[in-house]
Amino acid sequence: MISSNRLTHLQRLEAESIHIMREVVAETENPVMLYSVGKDSACMLHLAKKAFYPSPPPFPLLHVDTTWKFKAMYELRQKAAEDAGMDLLVYQNPEAIEKGINPFDHGALHTDMWKTDGLKQALDKYGFDAAFGGARRDEEKSRAKERVFSFRSSNHRWDPKNQRPELWKLYNARKAKGESIRVFPLSNWTELDIWQYIHLENIEIVPLYKSAMRPTVERDGMLIMVDDDRFPLKEGEEPVMRSIRFRTLGCYPLTGAVESEAATLPEIIQEMLLTTTSERQGRAIDHDQSASMEKKKQEGYF
Amino acid sequence: MTSTSKTTGADAASIASVDAAKAYAAESLIAEDIDAYLEKHQHKSLLRFITCGSVDDGKSTLIGRLLYDSKMIFEDQLSALEKDSKSSGTQGQNIDFALLVDGLAAEREQGITIDVAYRFFATEKRKFIVADTPGHEQYTRNMVTGASNADLAVILVDARQGILTQTRRHSYLVHLLGIKNVVLAVNKMDLVGYGKDWFDEIVENYKEFAQSIGMENFTAIPISGLAGDNITSLSAGMSWYKGPTLMEMLESAPINDSRMLDRDFRLNVQWVNRPNLDFRGFSGNITSGKVKPGDDIRVLPSGKTSTVKSIVTMDGDLEEAVAGQSVTLTFNDEIDCSRGAVITNASSPVEVADHFETTLVWMAEEEMLPGRPYIMKIGSNMVSATITEPKFEVNVNTMAHEPSRTLKLNAIGVCNINTDRAVPFEAYNDNPDMGGFILIDRITNATVGAGMIHFALRRSQNVHWQAVDIDREAHAAQKNQKPRLLWFTGLSGSGKSTIANLVEKKLFALGKHSFLLDGDNVRHGLNKDLGFTDVDRVENIRRISEVAKLMTDAGLIVLTAFISPFRAERRMARELFPDGEFIEVFIDTPLDVAESRDVKGLYKKARDGKLKNFTGIDSPYEAPQEPEIHIDTTEMDAEAAAERIVSAILNESD
Repeated sequence: MISSNRLTHLQRLEAESIHIMREVVAETENPVMLYSVGKDSACMLHLAKKAFYPSPPPFPLLHVDTTWKFKAMYELRQKAAEDAGMDLLVYQNPEAIEKGINPFDHGALHTDMWKTDGLKQALDKYGFDAAFGGARRDEEKSRAKERVFSFRSSNHRWDPKNQRPELWKLYNARKAKGESIRVFPLSNWTELDIWQYIHLENIEIVPLYKSAMRPTVERDGMLIMVDDDRFPLKEGEEPVMRSIRFRTLGCYPLTGAVESEAATLPEIIQEMLLTTTSERQGRAIDHDQSASMEKKKQEGYF
Repeated sequence: MTSTSKTTGADAASIASVDAAKAYAAESLIAEDIDAYLEKHQHKSLLRFITCGSVDDGKSTLIGRLLYDSKMIFEDQLSALEKDSKSSGTQGQNIDFALLVDGLAAEREQGITIDVAYRFFATEKRKFIVADTPGHEQYTRNMVTGASNADLAVILVDARQGILTQTRRHSYLVHLLGIKNVVLAVNKMDLVGYGKDWFDEIVENYKEFAQSIGMENFTAIPISGLAGDNITSLSAGMSWYKGPTLMEMLESAPINDSRMLDRDFRLNVQWVNRPNLDFRGFSGNITSGKVKPGDDIRVLPSGKTSTVKSIVTMDGDLEEAVAGQSVTLTFNDEIDCSRGAVITNASSPVEVADHFETTLVWMAEEEMLPGRPYIMKIGSNMVSATITEPKFEVNVNTMAHEPSRTLKLNAIGVCNINTDRAVPFEAYNDNPDMGGFILIDRITNATVGAGMIHFALRRSQNVHWQAVDIDREAHAAQKNQKPRLLWFTGLSGSGKSTIANLVEKKLFALGKHSFLLDGDNVRHGLNKDLGFTDVDRVENIRRISEVAKLMTDAGLIVLTAFISPFRAERRMARELFPDGEFIEVFIDTPLDVAESRDVKGLYKKARDGKLKNFTGIDSPYEAPQEPEIHIDTTEMDAEAAAERIVSAILNESD
């Protein structure tokens, strides 16, 4: 009797995320869900469908695009929005398009312009006052202190010293005109929780998370997939077919693959549990120093 | 604040090596049968807990140890940790677990954690969310935040130090927030030679203190976070201790949701779901109890009833939903229900009220201002709320109740709160999600306070006051008069007191029952704690109004003679009384006339700058716009004025 009534950890996490999303819809004027097509976004979108069923989620999806995502991500993007009955907005920073910003020639500027600036521009353009993001507290040390409702000034700055205390299930969504909040409904989920939930709920994810033979080259100790012909191969360099998959998805030239045979979700989870490196290691962005993420966040990177 | 004293004596203890972590490694089930593993792990429960301790108690080390022992640290993090341990760690060549959990860059440099950080780890039985909060007194705010959602609290003490002031403070806060499972973790047992006597004495001291604050029980465990004693397995060095280990305790402690399951059904309505004209659902989180289709329910504050038609989710309609779940309900009748409403079982609804006694924790730099309106968020309701001055402030170090006029950052006090609208609620101790609230500043929108409702001071629904047989009508009838409040207002020296005094004499001669509340006299007694700041002036008038209200309830004709310069206060007083009972009497004397009389010599002092905030000189007088009675003292003397007032109220009322 007790056990059938007792909620599992995933049920409690689900209930919490749904509660958060409903609060945002009730208390803000123009919310949006940032959708990056990755597994966390897939999970967040699924939770949004549950939160408002039988209505479709009453806000659009926004993809801040860099034009350098994997092809498979672009393919899933439209389908996922249609399945959910939601509008999909795609934003590309016009300045970055004009200057041809790319990860090969521009290094850190690539992320700054396409993602950080692009996000700010998109939020300003549509006047969104609340944006859902799929960040989790377990991803990185500086995120462990991020609030669920993260308050941003009118120029999108995050002030770690000036965050609002969050008690019980009470979130304070009040803000002045021009200010906005980022909301992280997956704050208390871990990477394992996400995978387990995707598995249990049968959530569609980009196939790149599962292993397959794919063309790769090795760069700076990372395996990079050659996803299109924009990839500048060096003299005599030939892509090598390897059985690989990705633990996290971003811009393909910046995302390291792992060699793996895990082709099903249970196998992926198994591999994750047996592995000894953390998730973000595959991303070039925060390799330099552990405090770099915090700096990025203060500047407005998600 | 230095961090160098942190975990001193570490050299005496050995640190588990990286090899040990690998030996702990993944359970064989993962490798052999992942499906069986997943099946097992999807039924895990979730426990949230808070760790409390000061900088020197080894709190971060303990959390680092728990993450490490449950294999939540990956190799890349471990190598970064080893590198960091050498550059900024406090453990020499050994791993400094504390570095794993000290988050923001600024804090890492300072060596103290200054905010609430959340960590995650899991064992076979449970997933854990740890709220890691700093222990200093100035961070009471953070501890209260972390404790608000915790099922359990680990209170750390240093075995060498025993129970300290901060141990008492942490325990008080944990108890205040209603945490039922308390673990007293006596840490650094390795540094006291694993001595049983040390432990027993600390436990004995703590027991005495726990009883004094009303904490019913706790579990004491002797541990060493650094050496790993009694964390996941029993310590060889402490064979006198038979368990449980800290991990066993964490894995078996009851969870709040289970406690809420046996209570009456309550759901806070967050959002009305209306995809089309045929569907109207009410979405929210179940804070307690269970609900099934067919159940009789009641919606508060309207009190309307219906029955549950269905419990709608994307996974299909449910046969039952329980505390903790977020669901959408539909009813068999079209009844009014919107955000802020609470759905309960029909037979035992929650109370609805607008006046509460609460414990308040102040969280803002700017101190709490009694009388100022704040926004109160409780459940999914947002209402305007004003706080009276604290009945007392709790000294969090000594638990003493101390008088206070306000609450500063991190202060805790018991205050009454009035809301502009009645809200459904339950006492915090019965249901934290129905009785916990936050206060928001109207201008900055910052969350400035958090509170817990004890009980309603009066119910707004149906029953207003203690019902008495001898009511105000009976009192008035016995005296053969209609109760009135004559509110005299005017400049200092305008003649208010003189005229009011004459009016009362006339009433007395006519056999009327009256009472005169004079400004100076009240300030010698009831209001002797008040000064002349704006805040105090507001409170002065509020108290006088309430006293006058009681006197009119007793059937008296009450006369008050106060300058009462502000319209807002006079309106506040007026609103306490039934229509027609409050008579504003404007004693209209021009400033130059009043000043030339200067009976008490106050105008001269004010002109000389010896008296601040003097009405008419450096503080404004807002003349009444539509007084019931207007006396122009340049046209009639006091005797004539009194005569006019008496005849006005007696002709009108008899």
